[in-house]
Amino acid sequence: MANYSTNEFRNGLKVMLDGEPCSILDNEFVKPGKGQAFNRVRLRNLNSGRVWERTFKSGESLEGADVIDQNMEYLYNDGEFYHFMDPDSFEQFQADLKAVSDASNWLKEQDVCTVTLYNGAPLSVTPPNFVELEIVETDPGVKGDTAQGGTKPAYLSTGAVVKVPLFLSIGDVVKVDTRTGEYQNRVKS
Amino acid sequence: MTDWRPTADFSALSRRAQLLAAIRALFAERGVLEVDTPLLASAPVTDPNIEAITTIAPDGDAVMYLQSSPEFAMKRLLAAGSGAIYQICKAFRRGERGRRHNPEFTMLEWYRPGLSLSELMDEVAAIVALAVGPVESNHYSYQQVFEQHCDLNPHSASLAELKACGRANLDLNFDTDDRDVWLQLLMSSVVEPLLDRESLSFVYDFPASQAALAKTRTNADGIQIASRFEAFFAGMELANGYDELRDANELVRRIRDDHARRAENGQVLPPIDRNLLKAMTTLPECVGVAMGFDRLTMLACDVGRIDEVIAFPLERA
Repeated sequence: MANYSTNEFRNGLKVMLDGEPCSILDNEFVKPGKGQAFNRVRLRNLNSGRVWERTFKSGESLEGADVIDQNMEYLYNDGEFYHFMDPDSFEQFQADLKAVSDASNWLKEQDVCTVTLYNGAPLSVTPPNFVELEIVETDPGVKGDTAQGGTKPAYLSTGAVVKVPLFLSIGDVVKVDTRTGEYQNRVKS
Repeated sequence: MTDWRPTADFSALSRRAQLLAAIRALFAERGVLEVDTPLLASAPVTDPNIEAITTIAPDGDAVMYLQSSPEFAMKRLLAAGSGAIYQICKAFRRGERGRRHNPEFTMLEWYRPGLSLSELMDEVAAIVALAVGPVESNHYSYQQVFEQHCDLNPHSASLAELKACGRANLDLNFDTDDRDVWLQLLMSSVVEPLLDRESLSFVYDFPASQAALAKTRTNADGIQIASRFEAFFAGMELANGYDELRDANELVRRIRDDHARRAENGQVLPPIDRNLLKAMTTLPECVGVAMGFDRLTMLACDVGRIDEVIAFPLERA
């Protein structure tokens, strides 16, 4: 991989730091009028999710990380691995639960997700911002109660639990924002 | 696409223009002459931490430099008998881009024969007041700010103590045995953010190893120090002032040190400004200061990014 000097550190650039693939979040150039320049860099460790703040001497460089984001269709879960397919090449990838992590709450077959590949293997999975999922378990709906603000928990087909309005029932399909886990609206009955 | 548009809004650009007029009025009132020296220079500064932007001479194929500070040319004017002078001009520094940096920026630089460093600090405060209104000034020695904020004496601390302090405060990607790099790291990353944000802080008496083009002297504790100051406001470095070195032999020694450090780092060795060397022999006793005019405007507009006070930063130039 190419090396990147501190002045090429852009937000989103993927680099290797201490043997871990990282994404640059922020790069602040700090330089006294007289004296050495430094770069204060915030990076997210893509393996652990932890954020590091590391100070570099300007001009130092890091090796690029072989990390790419790719849109892939979610196929199925075989009990151990989650299987994804590149819709262009039809190449298939399997991701373990560590890579899929919380995204497992929102994975519906045939939905297109962003799979982050590190050295060709899935490192993390980002679900679509909005997914439509069916309610499989919730307290009985209260007919006509569409105006009041009350909510109740509902179990969705993927196992996620979201707060939904009281009038919804089992079998309803709801739209959920996967970034916040919040109910958006009912799609159909 | 809106990239053709300025990054600063017109209220900021108008404040900028007002500030320029106010500075010119103040210097006119004080009898300081406005001058204008070349941006295209035959020799750049040799400071290893400043990289000039090179270009080709308009009348041949010699390398020329966009000046990184008008210091050398202004000193030639002083040596020729100009008296007190100031200049507001563009300066250029390769690679300096960030929240508070643009590689092309505006510098306010002035020289005052016969004034003391402390009188010059008062004049800096008067200029800052044009931007932010009346402001309290505090004066601290370099040693004081390190004792207060880093709990160490910057002149006598061992290299190991400096490293330990740096590593206790920051997660570092590098190591070096250069004391000044550690001191500069602590100054910019630990001390500077802890200086009072509401008042103007002057830090004076730097280590002699960071003298640049300031005179050095021995202080009461027998330590060699540089007669220079830096001014800080709102957590930001604003200005650098010197009691100007007048010794041509010492200047040559410092340029040689700069070249040695540049060679060590694999940097280019720029030519030496022979005109400056010749002029040094008649340079009068004087103090001088360089202030980042864009930063002063940032204070006047109460904004945090240089892009908010310049029309077209590098990416839109």
